[in-house]
Amino acid sequence: MDVLPYTRQILSEPPSLYPAYTSTVSRSPRQPLVTIPQTLTEVTGPMAFGDRLFRPPVHDMTRQGKGEPLGERIIVSGRILDDRGRPVPSTVVEIWQCNAAGRYIHKKDQHDAPLDPNFTGQGRITTDEEGRYRFITIKPGAYPWRNHHNAWRPAHIHFSLLGRGFATRLITQMYFPGDPLIDIDPIACAVPPEARQRMVSRFDIDTTESGWALGYVYDIVLRGRNETPMENVK
Amino acid sequence: MSHIQKALTHGLTPWQTVGPFFHYALPWEGGNTLVGSDVSGEKIVLIGQVVDSDGAPIPDAMVEIWQADAGGYYHHPDDPRHAEIKDRDFIGFGRCPTDEEGFYRFETVRPGPVSGPGNSVQAPHIAIGLFGRGLLRRLVTRAYFPDSPLNEADPVLGLITPERVATVIASAEPPVDGIPVFRLDLRFQGDCETVFFDV
Ligand SMILES: [Fe+3]
Repeated sequence: MDVLPYTRQILSEPPSLYPAYTSTVSRSPRQPLVTIPQTLTEVTGPMAFGDRLFRPPVHDMTRQGKGEPLGERIIVSGRILDDRGRPVPSTVVEIWQCNAAGRYIHKKDQHDAPLDPNFTGQGRITTDEEGRYRFITIKPGAYPWRNHHNAWRPAHIHFSLLGRGFATRLITQMYFPGDPLIDIDPIACAVPPEARQRMVSRFDIDTTESGWALGYVYDIVLRGRNETPMENVK
Repeated sequence: MSHIQKALTHGLTPWQTVGPFFHYALPWEGGNTLVGSDVSGEKIVLIGQVVDSDGAPIPDAMVEIWQADAGGYYHHPDDPRHAEIKDRDFIGFGRCPTDEEGFYRFETVRPGPVSGPGNSVQAPHIAIGLFGRGLLRRLVTRAYFPDSPLNEADPVLGLITPERVATVIASAEPPVDGIPVFRLDLRFQGDCETVFFDV
């Protein structure tokens, strides 16, 4: 059976081996990837299973503790689209991040910055019919890591998307506009400059709420599928 | 303007690593158990160790699987036989972080064969996505079963050089509580390096 495949992610994908990000050296294949056709296995995938798949939704990450987390409250919203601009509705958006001081609630995070008892830094929701999502959170801090001397990750929020099929899976990171660390960060720089810009959110005065929180807009574009033969007629 | 000429209007968002700190966000309780007590088909366990190019286990990776049910149906509207699915409780998706020794583990069912390109039939297989610190993007592979006569003519296995086919065929381990156990290690290394696919 022949299926309508999704676009292949060519120019915008980082390589598996990018020596400036030192962990890739021992964690990347030595042999080239074997290209296979997209089959029923790759064009189908987990979608719209809501509560059965995941823990309860969390869209306001500032309301998970007894009090307000410390830091700068922000709104992060946007749309999940495919590469033809069509919305991806009812898809799961999972995010996680460090707190305002640059520390993750994770037993292996050794960064000498304070934990915030009112912030776990994780949220998940599904998109609406127009592919929209919206989180309320705290602006994450930059944090040091051991990749090289004086290495700092730019402030970022991790995003995980499923999309419609196994082939549309995406995990990425959202950066903040004007951050000078982005262009010296080996993880961001593994992506060519033009595509790198797609991971930078934009400040948006229209989603900013007066007297309350700055708004950042971050649209994510997943691999889209060729249009159906039906739409091709005429 | 035909659909072929219509330019892609939006550039794809690039991949980034899942990093080491995903555990509070992505895995969920029971995420590696795809089956309830009344699932139809043969229950199996799929395990494996994720090993780096130095042979060291990777304790901070994450594995996802996607598969058809025992009848070969994908729980997805784009499976043309979707309306016929009887096993509505079986989703076919699982997610598991690796443990301190680099092992992942899923409880699932042995999938049925599914159709492949043209008139071909794909041997029973489980699609695997591998994520982790140091993996800038997901790596994709498949687990096939050692005892399937359909492996011989599988259209995807046919694209792999014969010496490397064994890296995507799980090995049968001793059953636990009567449940068959299959093992597929994922390796970035030498002669046993796993075949990863560009899909
Ligand atoms: Fe991070």
